[in-house]
Parts: sequence; structure tokens; C-alpha cells
Amino acid sequence: MSAPGRTNLRGSVGYSQNSTPNGGAAPPCQNGPLQTYPPMYPPTGYYGAPPHHQGYPGVSAPGKAPVTNSANYYQSNQQHHVAPSSYSAGPPPQPYATVPSSAPPPPPPHAQYSQQPFQQPPYAPPGSYYAQQPYQVSPAQLHQQPGLVAAPASGPGAPIYPSAPGSGHYGTTRTTTAPEATQMGAPLHHYSAAPPPPTAALHPGYEAAAQMTVNGKGCAAGVQNSSHQHYDQSHPAPRSYNSYSGGGADRPASGTLSASAHSSPGRHQGTPFGFAADSGASSASAAASGPAGALTSSSSDDDDEDEDEEAGGDSSSSSTGSASPVPNNYDSLEGGSYPDSMPPSNDMTNQAQPYSNYGYQGMPPAYQQGPAQPTDAPPSQNLYGPSGYQPYSQPFPSLSQLSAALGGLSGVPELEVEALRPVNLLQERNLLPPRPLEAPEPDISSDLKKVNCSPQTFRCTLTSMPQTQALLNKARLPLGLLLHPFRDLQLPVITSNTIVRCRSCRTYINPFVTFLDQRRWKCNLCYRVNDVPDEFMYNPVTRSYGEPHKRPEVQNSTVEFIASSDYMLRPPQPAVYLFVLDVSHNAVEAGYLKRFCDSLLENLDKIPGDTRTRVGFLTFDSTVHFYNLTEGLSQPQMLVVSDIDDVFIPSHDSLMVNLKESRELVKELLTSLPAMFSQSRETHSALGPALQAAFKLMSPTGGRVSVFQTQLPTLGAGKLQSREDPNQRSSAKGVQHLGPATDFYKKLALDCSGQQIGVDLFLLSSQYADLASLACIAKYSAGSVFYYPSFHHVHNPAQMEKFRRDLERYLTRKIGFEAVMRIRCTKGLSIHTFHGNFFVRSTDLLSLANVNPDSAFAVQMSIDDSLADSSLACFQAALLYTSSKGKRRIRVHTLCLPVVSQLSDVFAGADVQAITCLLANMAIDRSISCSLSDARDAVVNAAVDFASAYRSSVSNLQQSGLVVPAVMRLFPLYVLALLKQKALRTGTSTRLDERVFAMCEFKTQPLPQLMRMLHPDLYRLDNMSDQGALHLNDAVVPQPRLLHLSAETLSRDGAFLMDCGSVFYLWIGKGCGETFIRDVLGCPSYASVPSNMSHIPELQTPLSERVRAFLDWLQDNRAFSSTFHVVKDDSSAKAAFLQHLVEDRTESASSYHDFLQHVHQQMSK
Amino acid sequence: MAFTFAAFCYMLALLLTAALIFFAIWHIIAFDELKTDYKNPIDQCNTLNPTIEKVKKIKRVKIALKLVLPEYLIHFFFCVMFLCAAEWLTLFLNLPLLAYHVWRYTSRPVMSCPGLYDPTTIMNADILAYCQKEGWCKLAFYLLSFFYYLYGMIYVLVSS
Repeated sequence: MSAPGRTNLRGSVGYSQNSTPNGGAAPPCQNGPLQTYPPMYPPTGYYGAPPHHQGYPGVSAPGKAPVTNSANYYQSNQQHHVAPSSYSAGPPPQPYATVPSSAPPPPPPHAQYSQQPFQQPPYAPPGSYYAQQPYQVSPAQLHQQPGLVAAPASGPGAPIYPSAPGSGHYGTTRTTTAPEATQMGAPLHHYSAAPPPPTAALHPGYEAAAQMTVNGKGCAAGVQNSSHQHYDQSHPAPRSYNSYSGGGADRPASGTLSASAHSSPGRHQGTPFGFAADSGASSASAAASGPAGALTSSSSDDDDEDEDEEAGGDSSSSSTGSASPVPNNYDSLEGGSYPDSMPPSNDMTNQAQPYSNYGYQGMPPAYQQGPAQPTDAPPSQNLYGPSGYQPYSQPFPSLSQLSAALGGLSGVPELEVEALRPVNLLQERNLLPPRPLEAPEPDISSDLKKVNCSPQTFRCTLTSMPQTQALLNKARLPLGLLLHPFRDLQLPVITSNTIVRCRSCRTYINPFVTFLDQRRWKCNLCYRVNDVPDEFMYNPVTRSYGEPHKRPEVQNSTVEFIASSDYMLRPPQPAVYLFVLDVSHNAVEAGYLKRFCDSLLENLDKIPGDTRTRVGFLTFDSTVHFYNLTEGLSQPQMLVVSDIDDVFIPSHDSLMVNLKESRELVKELLTSLPAMFSQSRETHSALGPALQAAFKLMSPTGGRVSVFQTQLPTLGAGKLQSREDPNQRSSAKGVQHLGPATDFYKKLALDCSGQQIGVDLFLLSSQYADLASLACIAKYSAGSVFYYPSFHHVHNPAQMEKFRRDLERYLTRKIGFEAVMRIRCTKGLSIHTFHGNFFVRSTDLLSLANVNPDSAFAVQMSIDDSLADSSLACFQAALLYTSSKGKRRIRVHTLCLPVVSQLSDVFAGADVQAITCLLANMAIDRSISCSLSDARDAVVNAAVDFASAYRSSVSNLQQSGLVVPAVMRLFPLYVLALLKQKALRTGTSTRLDERVFAMCEFKTQPLPQLMRMLHPDLYRLDNMSDQGALHLNDAVVPQPRLLHLSAETLSRDGAFLMDCGSVFYLWIGKGCGETFIRDVLGCPSYASVPSNMSHIPELQTPLSERVRAFLDWLQDNRAFSSTFHVVKDDSSAKAAFLQHLVEDRTESASSYHDFLQHVHQQMSK
Repeated sequence: MAFTFAAFCYMLALLLTAALIFFAIWHIIAFDELKTDYKNPIDQCNTLNPTIEKVKKIKRVKIALKLVLPEYLIHFFFCVMFLCAAEWLTLFLNLPLLAYHVWRYTSRPVMSCPGLYDPTTIMNADILAYCQKEGWCKLAFYLLSFFYYLYGMIYVLVSS
């Protein structure tokens, strides 16, 4: 009943359209109701009005849910007088004094409302926003949840909301203190402490509300298990979200209510998902499971649930901290999200920081002050922005006070000086930093720095954006972005009915927007002024109303939204996997099939998916074989199609089967498959027809096709001829055939991409297989390529091991389906070219049939218009995908960079690693479209041009020689390393397939991995000290110095570790100390070290422990585990190690010093 | 005043150039749409490229000529006509474009069908800009030649 009242108020206030931040995309229903009164009632009906409720059960459409939320906001409004917002001005009884009288005559409920304004319970808003992931929920809590929800079961599904009782609920809560008290969530208790919660209060609140999603790796440990359970239970789609309910936990009627800052009923936010769940959950059991699986864990007690029967499934699931004091809550959360068992990865800890701190420490000073001056009108959100934004903040009185807190707007001059220190490369030899380079930080205010996107996800080659294209041209540096959008990380997941976006450019709201006042925000990309929707006014983190700038979307530059049906073209697809296996004689010889089947059997339970997951198998030699795995068959049925000119699908619904239902048959097939073809004499390979069959099989759903191929396709469509001339492998002239021989694979890939099918290619070939043509199938369907040259299960155990590890990661890694990624940038900037595996569907839109956490993208940018009128340039990458659980999600990353007008600033902000990687991508494009030598020249010219540009820009330079700014001092070295890569080298014998594969890697590997491939890290291991060591958990991880990649640094009496990204080499000198060999390798002497050693034994000596700790630490930072080789000084494997010493002269390439001389000469020309 | 072969050529060229102007405009619009995101590049390239439709079982390749190829053929056609009519100046004026067409077609990226545009690279800003520029230049060229042919036709008619 109270609900109607609130809604009215809202309408009168004029918030009207705000609730539809999405603009066009927003569900129409949202707009409607809010703007006009009559429509508004429906929402009320939702909550309170009995008449309407009937409608709801049927309403599973997410789009409609928003309405309900809006009502919530109202409730929270009531508290404003207490809350630190400007709205507080209103007298308690009529907090909405400002509310125009136009408010429709309050229905009965309204009256009620007015009578008891104070008691208006702050609904426990909890986690609803944060769809907080189940991941965090500790097992104990999980147990509770089912219980909680049991209550709802009694009033199944929909009835819960609509029911009059529900509305009554609110009313009653106010009047009856007792129930309210019980209902209140723990976090609320915290608040009840009274006056607007200072930081401490907020902190916990956030914690409780905001749970971290643990993706990928992070999931390991117990947490993962629990999450799996959730998914399984909740799975039938949306249901899981009910948890929102957060609960209608009301707060105690005690006087403290007034003091409380917020609360809106979490249950309202039940959102579409919540509703769907309700309707779906007709049975008690279903209802119970729903909540348990619910992603949200909000804070409320079990009691709540019992009390709020009406709230039912919606009501919030209990959260981690329900009854515990806040501090504990925090701890437990943190503990939950970072289980001890998790490997001490540097990566993870870094990432964890920002979010865990989130609540307070992370908060910009401006915000912290805000609460202190509640009466001062809108707290400082304006200030949030850097100086550039200040003009907008002028109107606000608090500006002057807060400006002091901004500090550091001008950046850190000393750092800049250091970055620009001229370095004469011809004289200074020791350029390597002691530890691997970190990404430079953009020179923006410290507040913005804190919220800026992690460089591991989003990196720009120039961390200071030149104002104009002319300035960029002067700097002679490539401008571009390096993106790793889907990497495994923990990020806040937000569930909100309205995803707030700019109306004109569709940018998602992000930390770099400016709030002009409480009601409007200015887009940081197109500068349009947008309305803040009502729902957004309520902050689930602090549970306060009127602080949109504190919402998680505005506090995190990396967030994930649970998308509504507006973001779906069709119902989210299930996870569908098809394995296409080569079973020709060649494949049987190589022996990969056994390994593959074993791996798949081991990981069958870990394949991402839910109960809808489907799998299929298809094998081929000169014919194509299908497998009928329909549940109920006694054994798998093989169907052979020999008409490869016109492949057809023999049976339509039995070839792709539900993994859960047909698990036994799948297992049986995998067990018998290796033996089935062991006698095969068929040498031909009909890959093309098999792919066509796969396409036909997958077209209706989309999904992932994994192709395993061991030789050149020789039959049917897409057959290829050998194009490699072994005599030309080391030719210094050009390299031919880097492009595809036929466009069959490209066209097929485009068709696949159109049907949301991603194709991953595993090439396990001992001979030339024309990867240049085959790779197209993965390249344009957003797949990935794996290549194992000279693969043989007996003769090449190292490759076998690598294959096994890669497969394990491949099968179990996260996957996103039917994805698109759009990259938006500040007006004036535009995207020039994309690099990576995808199909470019529009100037800024990539179509990714599949997206995996290991592929990265590069983007070249150009500056169309001057950026002079803004001080910040922003980039936003939004990845919309369907998770393996069938949820539509949007992951948004936003990067903010300062705009500079001075050339020296541009140089100071250069990111040498990013520049090198982008350059590598450009060079590879060039080598395919023009020629390899062209590409090599272009790369060298890039170094020459840059050095010349720097010299001419610094007029007062006294030094002669090759001078570059310190920040770019490694650039020539990296360029040289690039020229010596397999992809671009000439003169050294390189097989065409390996070269093409190296090119593919350059296009898709994330930056850290690419840099390790390009310029491996070399460490000396035999004399590691604990100086500067990291202490992770209880392990000490030594941090040895980086060494130059030159034979000079190797010494006979040492042991050196080279980290090449996908492989580690441990080089043992002839005179290496006995202790090291004995303690680490477990061999008595140098001579007895086996030449093919590929692991380090687990010895209990301190030295061994340290070496292993270091290796493990290195390993934890990468997705695919690397292989390990011990290389003895006199072994034949030495060449593989030595080729990575890029500073040395080789028979066909110059040394670093010679290269510098060459560059120097070119400059003076 | 006589209706010579040359006059006929000019009249034909006049009509065909009008068609070419239409093609050029269509081309410009198509790329503009692409740039402003109205069309999927696969669709776009399919309409810009002549498509090959394979009729099942019948090994007959039917080339549905769509746009680019007809343009080239038309232009080639009246160049030959001018050659026959011994209109050397006119032929000379058209030779650069003819050469360009030949070059363009021989260096096309797509291999299995007679198209010029590759959907996977067309969104590259350089290529897109190039194609747009190409469209405008051709439009200008065809417009000028339209009036030139008109003049040529009248001149031939009057002078003979």
C-alpha cells in the first residue's frame, strides 16, 4: 500500500523519465509508467496493489521489472531528511515537501504513508544490485538459504509480490516494531547505530553488498564448488536471480530509523530475473533451489525470510555477514573470495586490492567529505572529476572546501622528468630495469587513478593523449589500445533493472562521467547531458538515496552487468561444444587421439556449462563420421557420410546431445574412440567437408567447434596443396605464401561467425599443413589457434605434455558465447584498425562468436578532431556475451587518459611495451598484405623515426648519438627483438607453419605474454638472495634481477632461467656449482643431469624450495602453464635457448650494438 | 549532318554514362552506410560483389552480375566502341580509368568469386576511406564525361 504513495511522489517530483536511463534501449515499459500517472499504478500494483498482482506471475519478462524498482526508490526517499543529501530538507512528515502537489491523491496507501513516514523502513537494499555472486557465499550460508526460501514456497512464485499482503507488509512493518527488527539485515543493524553512517558504516555495507565474482582461476578452491552447485540448481535460466530480494528486511522501528541512510527493499529489485524465477518456481523445491543458487547474497537474516513470506523467493538470501558485526563480515567476505588455497599469485592480489578496499579507502577524498556535510546540498560528486570537470561543479558551494582534497591534479612532475631524461643508448649499456617493466600510470588526478582500468585489461600506447593528429604525427609513435577484455578477474557484478547509458552514444555510465547535479550526468565520451534515472539514485552500496556518484558503476571502471532481455536477439544459447577430430592414418600415427580423449574424460565435469550443455563429436578421414549419442542407446552409434561433395547431416537431433543426459554414452565413446581407428589406413583428410558438416550441425544454436587436424586437407572443398619450398626456409629475400591459398576457410568462418559458431583449431602436424590457410577458420570466427609442430606421442614428449596442459586449460576455461564487443572513445578519436581474431562488423563493433579469457585485441586509433576542449580522453570497451550458464552479461571496461598539448608530455607518457606490441601487430598485417621485408623495414623505421622525432623536439640537446627519452630506452631493443622473432625473422631457417603460427600468436596474445615471447626474462637462479623477495602466504618468493639477453651475462658457473612465456629454459653452465645441481636438480653432478629433463624435482632443500617458489610464482601469472626444459651447456637443445638471446649477433641478424649503429646512421640521413 | 557510327557511339556512351553515374552514387551511398553502421559488411560485400550462386547438382555457375563488374564491363564496352569509331581523343581520356579498372581487378583480395571487396578488411579505416574516395572520384569523372559525350555527340552530328 505504501508503494503507491511512493510512486506518486516520485512522479510528481518530476523524476519521471529518469528511470529509463537506457534511452532507446530501455524497455518501453519503463518509460511509460514513470511519465504518466496512470501507468504508474501498475508498479504499485506490483508491490502492493492486489488488483495488479495477477498480472505479474505471467510477467517474466525482465523488461517489466524495472518498474518495481522505481517504487523502491521512493521508499528510500523518505529517509532523505535524515540522509546526507540535499533532499533532506524536507520535514519528516512530508519529506517530499518539494514534491509538487500534483501528486495524485494518494490512495489509501498514501495516507498510510504520510502517517508513518519515519518508520518507512529502509528496505534492505542489499546485494540486489550486486547480483552478488554466489561465489562468495560460504557454504554455511548456502545452507541457510534454502531454508529461507522455503517460506516463499508456500506462496509460490508470483503471488509473492503482487499479493496485497506484500504491500501491507510495508505498512505493517512500520507500525509494528517487533517484526521489523527481526527482519532487518545484519548490515542494517550496523546502520541503526544512527547518524548517517560515516565511513565505517558504509564500508561494511559495501562489502556485504558487493561481492566479488571470482572468475576463472580465482574460482578454484572451495568457493568454486559452491558456485557450481548454485548454478546447477538455479540453472534453468533466470531463476537464480531472485536472490535479489535482498530482502525486504525492514529496519527496526526504533528511533534510529530516521537516522538511517537508506534502504530500499531489495526484493523489489527482484528484477526481471527475480520474477521469472518466481513464476518458474511453482514448487517449493524449486523455490528453494532458486534462492540458493541466486547470485545475490544480500544481507538479511533467516528470520527475514520467515517473516516476509510474501517476499518469497525474492526476498533476499542471507548474506555472509548477516548477524556478525561488520568487521567480521568484511573479513569473512575477503576470506571467502580469496581462499587461502589460492596460489599466491601476484596478479590476483593486485586485482583484489582495489575491490576489497573499495568501500572506503578507495573512495576519493571528495566523497569522504561528502557525508560530513549532509545539509550542504549535494555532496561533492562534482568534484569527483579532475580539474577539467570543475567548471561544472561551480554551482556547488562545497566546491571550495573539497577542492583541496583533489590534490595532485597536475600529476607528478618528478616522474615526468625521469621519464624524459635523455638516454644515449650508444653509451649507456645497462638499461634493463631490475624487475619486469610495469605499465606507466596515466598522469591524472589520484582520485581518477584509483578507479582507472587495470593496465592488464586495457592499455594505451600513449598514456598521455596528444591533443591533435598533428601532435601525434610529430611524436611518430603509434596510437592504439591493447585490450584483454575477457581475462580472468574479479569484478563487481551489477544487477539493475536499468543499465544507465548515455542516450546518444550509448556509453555505459562509468567513473569518469560528471554529475552536474543530483539529476543529471554528463557523458564523458560525447558530452551529452543525461538524466539520472530514479533507480540509479538509490545506492545499494551505502544504501542511501540521492548519491548516484557512489554507485558501483561509478566507482569501478571494470564492472559486469547482468543484461536484460533488451540485450538479447534470441534466448541465450546453451553451451554447445562440438569436437571435430581427425582420425586419418596420420592422426593415428601421431597418437593425439588417446591424449585428447583422456583429457576430455578427466575434465568432463569441469567444462563450463549448465544443465543445457550439449556436446557432439564428429570424426573424419576421407569420410565424415557422426556419432549418435542419444540417451537411451546402449552404445554410441556411428553414422558415416561418404558423400563429401555434398555433406549432409544424417540425423538432426541426436548428434548434439545433452551432456548431462548422455554422459555415460559420451564417456563410452571417448573410451572407445582411440581404439576404433587404430587400424585406419586412410591417409586422406576431408577437413573442408567435415567443417561444413560441423557448421550445419551447429547452425541452429551456435557454440564452439574444436577442430583437431594433423595434416594438409586433401579431399573435398577446401583442399590444399603444399606450398612450402623447404629450400626457401632460410631465404633472406621474401617469404611467400603468408596469406591463405583459398578463401574457402575464410568464407566458412564468416558463415560460422554469422551463426555464432566459434572455431578453434588445434594443428598437430609433423609436416607442412598450410596453417596460413587453415588459420582463417579460427581467425574470422573469433577462435584460437594452437599449433604443435612435430607432434608425436612417443618421439616428442615435450609437445605431448604441452598439448595435455593446453587442453586442460582449454577445456576448463571460461567461455562466452554469441558475443559482441564495442569500443567507444571520446568524441574526436576514432578507431582505425583492429587486430586479433574476430569479425569486424562495424567501425567500432567486433563480432565474437566465442570469447575466451586468453585472447587479446589491439586497436589502432586516429585522432580526427582536436581534443583541445577536454582534459581527459576516455575509452570504453563493452563486451556483451552469454555466459556458459546461459546468462547474458555485459562487461564494461573504461580507461581514462589525460589529454596533453606538449610533445614532451606525449613522450613522457609513452608505454614502450604497448607500443612494441601494437607495432608487432601492424608489422604482421603489413607482412601479409605486402611483404615480409616491407614489414621489417617499417619496424626499423618506427625506431628511427621516433629517435629522430625526439631529437628534433628537444632543441637544447647537447649530446650527440642515439638519444631517446628514458621511458622509451628499451624501444630499440624491443624492435630488434621483434625482428628476430620467428614471425619476422629472415635468414634463419624457419618453417612456414611456425612462422604463421608466431604471427597468429602476436595477434591474439595478451601483452604480458607477448612481451615474454618477444623479450624473454632472464634470471640467474644459483645465487638468488632474499633481497626484495615477496612474501606470499607463507612462501618466500625471491625476486632475482632481470638480466640482459646476451651471452655476456651467462657465466659458466651459473644457472639461468629464461622465461619465454610458453616455455621456461633452465640453462646450466658447465661449471655450475655442485650445490645447485644437487639441491635443485637432484643430480650428483653436471654430467649426470639428463639432457631431456623437463621438471624440477620437489626436493626439501631451501634452495630448491626457493627456486620452485619462484617458478610457481611465475607460472601463476599466466593462463596456460608453460613447459620447462633444462638445457645443458653442451646439449643440442642449446640452440633453442640461444636463439632467444636477442642482443647477440647471429649468422643472419645483427647484434644490439650494430642495430643501434644502424638506427643512428639512418637518423642522420 | 549525318548519323555516323561515331555519333551512335557517343549517344550510347551518354546513356551508359548515366547508368555509371547511378552506379557511382550507389557505391558512395553503400560505403557511407557501411561507415555509419547501418549495414553488416558481409551483406554489403555480397551486394557490391557479384555473387556466384551454385545451383545444386548442376555444375553451372551462374554469375549474378551485380554492380562492380557491370560497371567495369560497361566502361570497357564503350571504350572499345570509341576505338572502333576511331575517336582517339575520347579513347585517350578514358584510358586511365580503364587501366585503373584492370589494376583494381587484378589486385582484388577475394579469390573464389569475382568480387573486389573483402568483408574482413573492408572495415579497416584506410580501405573504407579509399573506397569512399574512389566513389567520389568516379562520380566526378563520369559526370564530366557525361557532358563531354554530350558535347562530342552534338559536335559529331553537326560537323559531319
